[in-house]
Amino acid sequence: MQGAGRSPANSLMPEKTVISPPAIPWSDDAPLVEQLAERGVSRREFLGFCTQMAVVLGLGSIGAPRIARALESLKRPSVVWLSLQECTGCTESVLRSGDPTIGSLVLDLVSLDFQENLMAAAGSAAESALASAMKENHGKYVLVVTGSIPLNENGIYTCIAGRTAKEILLEAAEGAAAIIAVGACAHWGNIQASKPNPTGAVGVSDVVKGKDVVNIAGCPPIAEVVTGTIVNFLTFGKLPATDSDGRPLFAYGTRIHDSCSRRAHYDAGQFVERFDDEAAKKGWCLYKVGCKGPAAFSPCPVFMWNEHTSWPIGAGHPCLGCTERKFWDTMTPFYGRLPNVPGVGVEHTADLLGAALAVGALGGVLAHAAATGVNRLRARELPVINNPPPPPPPSSPTPTPKA
Amino acid sequence: MATTKVVVDPITRIEGHLRIEAQADNGRISNAWASATQFRGIELVLQGRDPRDAWAFAQRICGVCTVVHAVASLRAVEDALDIKIPPNANLIRNLTVGMQFVHDHVMHFYHLHALDWVDIVSALKADPVKAAAIGQSLSSYPLNSVPHFREVQEKLKKFVGSGQLGIFANGYWGHPAYVLPPEVNLLAAVHYLDALDWQRDVVRLHTIFGGKNPHPNFLVGGMASAISLSDLTTINSAKLAQIHGLIQTAQDFVEQVYWPDLVAIAGFYKDWAKIGGGTKNYLACGEFPEGDIKDTSSLYFPRGIIKNNDLSKVEPYDHQGVAEYINSSWYTYSGGDDKGLHPYQGESTPKYTGPPTPWKYLQDEKKYSWMKAPRYNGMAMQVGPLPRMLVAFASGHKDVVPLVADTLKKLGVGPEALFSTLGRTAARGIETVVIARRLSTWYDALVKRISDGDTRTFDESKWEPSTWPKSAKGYGYLDAPRGALGHWVEIDNGQIARYQCVVPSTWNCSPRDGQGQLGPYEAALTDNHPLKNPEQPLEILRTIHSFDPCLACGVHVIDATGRLITKVTVR
Repeated sequence: MQGAGRSPANSLMPEKTVISPPAIPWSDDAPLVEQLAERGVSRREFLGFCTQMAVVLGLGSIGAPRIARALESLKRPSVVWLSLQECTGCTESVLRSGDPTIGSLVLDLVSLDFQENLMAAAGSAAESALASAMKENHGKYVLVVTGSIPLNENGIYTCIAGRTAKEILLEAAEGAAAIIAVGACAHWGNIQASKPNPTGAVGVSDVVKGKDVVNIAGCPPIAEVVTGTIVNFLTFGKLPATDSDGRPLFAYGTRIHDSCSRRAHYDAGQFVERFDDEAAKKGWCLYKVGCKGPAAFSPCPVFMWNEHTSWPIGAGHPCLGCTERKFWDTMTPFYGRLPNVPGVGVEHTADLLGAALAVGALGGVLAHAAATGVNRLRARELPVINNPPPPPPPSSPTPTPKA
Repeated sequence: MATTKVVVDPITRIEGHLRIEAQADNGRISNAWASATQFRGIELVLQGRDPRDAWAFAQRICGVCTVVHAVASLRAVEDALDIKIPPNANLIRNLTVGMQFVHDHVMHFYHLHALDWVDIVSALKADPVKAAAIGQSLSSYPLNSVPHFREVQEKLKKFVGSGQLGIFANGYWGHPAYVLPPEVNLLAAVHYLDALDWQRDVVRLHTIFGGKNPHPNFLVGGMASAISLSDLTTINSAKLAQIHGLIQTAQDFVEQVYWPDLVAIAGFYKDWAKIGGGTKNYLACGEFPEGDIKDTSSLYFPRGIIKNNDLSKVEPYDHQGVAEYINSSWYTYSGGDDKGLHPYQGESTPKYTGPPTPWKYLQDEKKYSWMKAPRYNGMAMQVGPLPRMLVAFASGHKDVVPLVADTLKKLGVGPEALFSTLGRTAARGIETVVIARRLSTWYDALVKRISDGDTRTFDESKWEPSTWPKSAKGYGYLDAPRGALGHWVEIDNGQIARYQCVVPSTWNCSPRDGQGQLGPYEAALTDNHPLKNPEQPLEILRTIHSFDPCLACGVHVIDATGRLITKVTVR
């Protein structure tokens, strides 16, 4: 231990309260539902939470009792949260989680034993909390990781408590029951891994081998996707089904373009030609000003952001495609138009990505997953046209008739 | 007593990765070192990109102060390309940045700083009736009620009783430096939880204008959120009403909870008005343009320099006076490591010279941080709420002067008390009150413009690269929640040739320069600073947190040659 340890030796302190995590967090005594009731969370509120989570996880409301049964019997499982090479946006996102009832319930559902942004302890008292959580819950804790892992120069581009991010991650991954890589940095390295990747940044699954890692894609991801994934694990004892990139299908199985509230305008050939034009005021399709919705798989249009307040396209800005690997290199220039997704009312022939998706939708979940996976890969390879050709002459949008 | 070497790593309850080392003698800190231990290199990634994309890259420098790098980047590119944004877009940006301040400062106080002053375990012993009465004596906040306080206390008791302490595990509970009565500890604990709900709500202003938070979307030349009172999907009457409500919610919490709590708690810790002052020079680049961005007289918070704690004089600020030094930083300069470079000439080739990991101590190393050392005309400078409020106070700001005077009177201290750890925390609160009130002014101005028929949010005249000069450079400033921020951009042939940021935490967390001047964190920790028990470095956390460190922001790199990383074909 380094100089700031909490060993009582040489302490000038009177006896102090020592608080440490419990030995076995998942034992069946003191079930969660009782603990929640004691904390003023009614059974009705609890079941409401389960229903919402069931919908989030794509189980429909009939899934709620199953979630409730699974959660009720548990003490709070230990969650160890490592913040590596990152900007803390993902933690901020999770702090905005859903409606307040969901937020407080999630605080009550898990025991967040190590989380640098929020924890009271610092220095070696914090290190000691991490060590205890990993030791006492070995094989049982959920490991959440935000941030990438820089590998160049033996990893000295991110050090915590004098040790490299890689070393800390490998140690924590060893005893984890589940690993959830939250955000684009933990997923694939994100902006710092973009050309020319000065620090050799990579994602969690590039470092942790032989264990399943679920990737919560996005820069940052939506809070409820993170909480939904954790609840999925608590409920079914396993991580949710994912696409070929490790992203949960309940959240990333659908293209933005296919759930977009502006899709009808795309199909009708109604496009924003310039920001703040008449079409922008009417909320028409942003494809021509660079929207990457046709190439991005994300629940943004469905889950929306910040308690369903809005989402990027809803607020008039094109999608950046931030749930896709390498989007800083493949989706830029952000205001350049995606090629090969021709517009104006010829969707059934032109929309190559959507066509395959439609087959998937008809053919059931597996086919759907396969098709979206294939097309996502294809979408990634699409170059972006830097400057779209000038828009066709006077395509000034004709206002839709008004009453 | 022998000198004790102290290491606190990680410093928690901050953004990013910070290590503090110190030497302690007889309960005092005699020397200190601040090391930033993460490096990402985002400015290097920015080279060769479309300048209209730069805001999104720069924004990812930090997800806590998630709008300020985006807006500073927009201003740099707009300065370079001579783009004038419509007044509506400026008002929307002020509302967005202003709400970031309010959100950020309140969260800092409760969720990052409070546990340095508030003993959660002691709150369990409080009488909830008395605690609620204290709350009611401070403000009319409706949740300062006995049932609410009792409910939260019961919740905390059960939480502690469960033995699963989560984020409160291993805190320095019972440390003699905690002096609040149990009832005040409970008051703060209740508001810690209330603030968690509040922050989720008010941040939605960003979502309305930018589609999400963190990392809302912006646009060079204005804002992408079009205004139309007769359409469903854009900024219309319903959205404006929502924004109005969010501003009200923000103001209510600041006036009824945060500010009264801060003053009440400060009253118990007045000894901290003599501790942790450190660097005596202050820099404010000014913020909230209420007219043209280039007209610095239109800034709501004025720009200026204060030297040597002398509030009788505010000197002008000129960004040409900024230079970055790397004498103690893990970089190398092509012209030698002893020179300071202005950001337009800035270079940072990373060159790690520290010991192999695991580290024992860095304090014996010549170079010990990924943070560079910015200096203004050779001087170390503090940036942040305190410098901003000092410059505003010394400039006779009509909204700041009375509040500062009233606060000093309430606490029974003089202006010199501001030069301290407590002063930094108090100045943050003063600034929050002032900005929260100002949100209404910007909102009213926006509504007035709309009602007068102006709905423009975007200037498209310089959108196409064909309208840009062959080469251009620009400076974007923004006095962010944590202090003065600057982005410098050079554009060549439609692409970014060089991008450089000097960030608040670079100023405050800077290591030693070639003159041996300590950075502000280091200077504060060695200014009349106690450390009763090196095993429990609570006092270090108080002073470091009073700066609100944001480490991901502070560390950056630009390639010396400005070479192109990618070649983009322009059709």
